[in-house]
Amino acid sequence: MHEWALAEAVISTAVEFAEKTGFEHITEIEISIGELQQIEEDPFLFALEEMLKEKSKPVDKNTKITLEKENAILKCKSCKHEWDYLNALNELDEEKVESIHFVPEVSHAFIKCPKCNSPDFEITSGRGVWINNIIGK
Amino acid sequence: MDPRPGIIKERLKSIKQTIAVSGGKGGIGKSVTSTVLSLVLADAGYKTGLLDLDFCGASTQTILGAKNTFPKEENGAVPITINGVKFMSITCFTQETATPMRGTDITNAITELLAITLWGDLDFLVIDMPPGLGDTLLDTINLMKSNFLVMTTPSKTTVEIAKKHIEVLRQSNAQIIGVLENMSRGEPTASRELAEKFDIPFIGQINFDPKLEDAVGNAEKLLETRFAKEIKSRVAKTLKSL
Repeated sequence: MHEWALAEAVISTAVEFAEKTGFEHITEIEISIGELQQIEEDPFLFALEEMLKEKSKPVDKNTKITLEKENAILKCKSCKHEWDYLNALNELDEEKVESIHFVPEVSHAFIKCPKCNSPDFEITSGRGVWINNIIGK
Repeated sequence: MDPRPGIIKERLKSIKQTIAVSGGKGGIGKSVTSTVLSLVLADAGYKTGLLDLDFCGASTQTILGAKNTFPKEENGAVPITINGVKFMSITCFTQETATPMRGTDITNAITELLAITLWGDLDFLVIDMPPGLGDTLLDTINLMKSNFLVMTTPSKTTVEIAKKHIEVLRQSNAQIIGVLENMSRGEPTASRELAEKFDIPFIGQINFDPKLEDAVGNAEKLLETRFAKEIKSRVAKTLKSL
């Protein structure tokens, strides 16, 4: 479960953040999940909660996790066309979606601009896991 | 806030030595050297990994003859093992499809691979670096504590580019193992002078091996080449003494 590795990264970053800011307890971690990486919310949340159960301050079982999804928007560098990744998702087989799940930049191998067919596009939003906010005291 | 850099140190903590095979110039044998070096180290009994960071020109999978390299998903990405070498490359995911990337994409892909790959205990992680002084070199310096093996050839152009490469490594306080000349014709060249100028070890010369190309794609055959024997006697010996 690749979600486990990313959950570990979130917890590790929150602990590091507490050390830097002097927070004794992290009360909430707000995370956004970009649709390009197709993270499965339930396993990801489960991994985070299981890890928090085993931890003591600054993060512990009382640290609240909030998740929000972010649309993946791609923008062509050649013709400037913008499109939603979900529109391209239907045309990708399971193996390609799984590859993008591991490394979202692999999308450059499998997705082309629907307007001009260029592989040169930018992921303007919704790439992967991002910590929006860490709240503590 | 990007959570991924926070876990990279943890992912790399059980790796004793990271060797980045670099040099600045393209076409000087960095990929074949890093691949054969990793095979030689594994053959000598060392726990070895090979990480191909040359995303836009990845070739180590071709040199190894690696097929079906998609990693196992188990609390992260577990690399597959080829002839004793744990292997990770962007090609494990791209199915040999061309993958053009700009700088931000390269940094993101390197960060992702380092954050999710579960290497486990390794004596050596060999990295195949792309040419140039761009994002991959700077990210490798910033994200990993690597030792750089600087490759040259007898060509003056190559040596001049390697000089700039060493300057950047020095300015960044990166560790340099030494200079290794590939495609040598056995004559004295500017590579040794380059090493002396920067007071770094000159590891030696690897002679041009006309039979090497025939072994590409077959790990067993690669190990039998004169190239592999010279890599073993010069580079592997140096690494063991580190």
